[in-house]
Amino acid sequence: MAKKFAVLSGKGGTGKTLLSVNLASVAGDCLYVDCDVEEPNGHLFLKPEQVRKETVCVKIPVVEKALCDGCRNCVEFCKFNAIAFMKDKPYVFEEVCHSCGGCVLVCPQKAITEKEKPIGEIRRGNSNRIKSHSGIMNVGEVSGVPIIEKLMEDVRKESGTVIIDCPPGSACIVMESIKDADYCLLVAEPTVFGAHNLKMVYDLVRLFNKPHGVVLNKCLPGENPAEDFCVKNNVPILGRIPFDKQLGKLSSDALIAADEDERFKTLFSGLLNKIMEEADSETASDSKR
Amino acid sequence: MKIAIPVEKQNLDAQVAQSFGRAPHFLFYNTKSKESYYLDNTAVADSGGAGIRAAQVVADHGAEALLTPRCGNNAQEVLSGAEVLIYKSIPGTALENIEAFIAEKLVLLDEFHSGMHRHG
Repeated sequence: MAKKFAVLSGKGGTGKTLLSVNLASVAGDCLYVDCDVEEPNGHLFLKPEQVRKETVCVKIPVVEKALCDGCRNCVEFCKFNAIAFMKDKPYVFEEVCHSCGGCVLVCPQKAITEKEKPIGEIRRGNSNRIKSHSGIMNVGEVSGVPIIEKLMEDVRKESGTVIIDCPPGSACIVMESIKDADYCLLVAEPTVFGAHNLKMVYDLVRLFNKPHGVVLNKCLPGENPAEDFCVKNNVPILGRIPFDKQLGKLSSDALIAADEDERFKTLFSGLLNKIMEEADSETASDSKR
Repeated sequence: MKIAIPVEKQNLDAQVAQSFGRAPHFLFYNTKSKESYYLDNTAVADSGGAGIRAAQVVADHGAEALLTPRCGNNAQEVLSGAEVLIYKSIPGTALENIEAFIAEKLVLLDEFHSGMHRHG
């Protein structure tokens, strides 16, 4: 049975968090994981309590200059160009380093050790029966991947339903966020731009062989290029969220629509059932293959 | 004096490349002997740190001055560590810039950008 759902979209503002927190609310007993570490906002809706914070660090090389004989192995090895050779000694550009640890291994003099550098934190709390885990990256840091890796440990440990609220786009941090998902929910807007962004994440989930379906957001009567894309490419449409003033108002007040209005509770409960059904049939047919 | 210039093509009439770290080639020119040679920029397609790599190449080849339209903070740090002076190039070819440099018409670059880093 599919239990781990990743919610993603090709750009920001399509409704990933709207869908994620509402699904979490109607699911009741679940783990909500906010992987949008550059600007996590799920907690604004879930308002978790008893929040525990854990610092996330990466390892950064430190050169013991007295031990270095200037062989430059580390400089040549670093494919990220994070080490320069200046004044006969290696110099580390910390913000370019990807913490691979390779320089430590290739140094014949054992002149390189590693230090812990904090890049962000994970905040874990509870919102009624929903466990809310958010990753947040420190301002000025360049990659949130290590924070998401840490969040994924929580995802792997969880035996119940998990909703992963992904960062926007289709880059490394999104790949990291969907790795452990059983099923991917693609949220799309009814515009040409929306269809283009949908294609980006559609290509990504296909590359990762993830079962997937689309939720059309901000639906209005009339044409919907994102819907046309789904029809053309045979992508299942799991549901439609209307372009609705009340829904927008509740969200802008940081309220979870499904908690406030029976209409939306029905909408998102129906959507959750449909998603569960679709995901189960997809993953079942997958395992038969 | 040996100078380095990021260039679009491997000849003296080539345009100066708009980017230092992502330039296709580097021209090294000796103002005394008038000898020149070119290197391909191996970091042109690297995911990051191209400026650092480019600066390393310029420093390792013993250039004393770099003529470039722009330069990032990290590259600047490597270059200044190696005591390479950074001059602001003028629009035009490598040769026009060499002549302007010899005629002392170029000024030192005084603005360094924070990089084009796009970490996925």
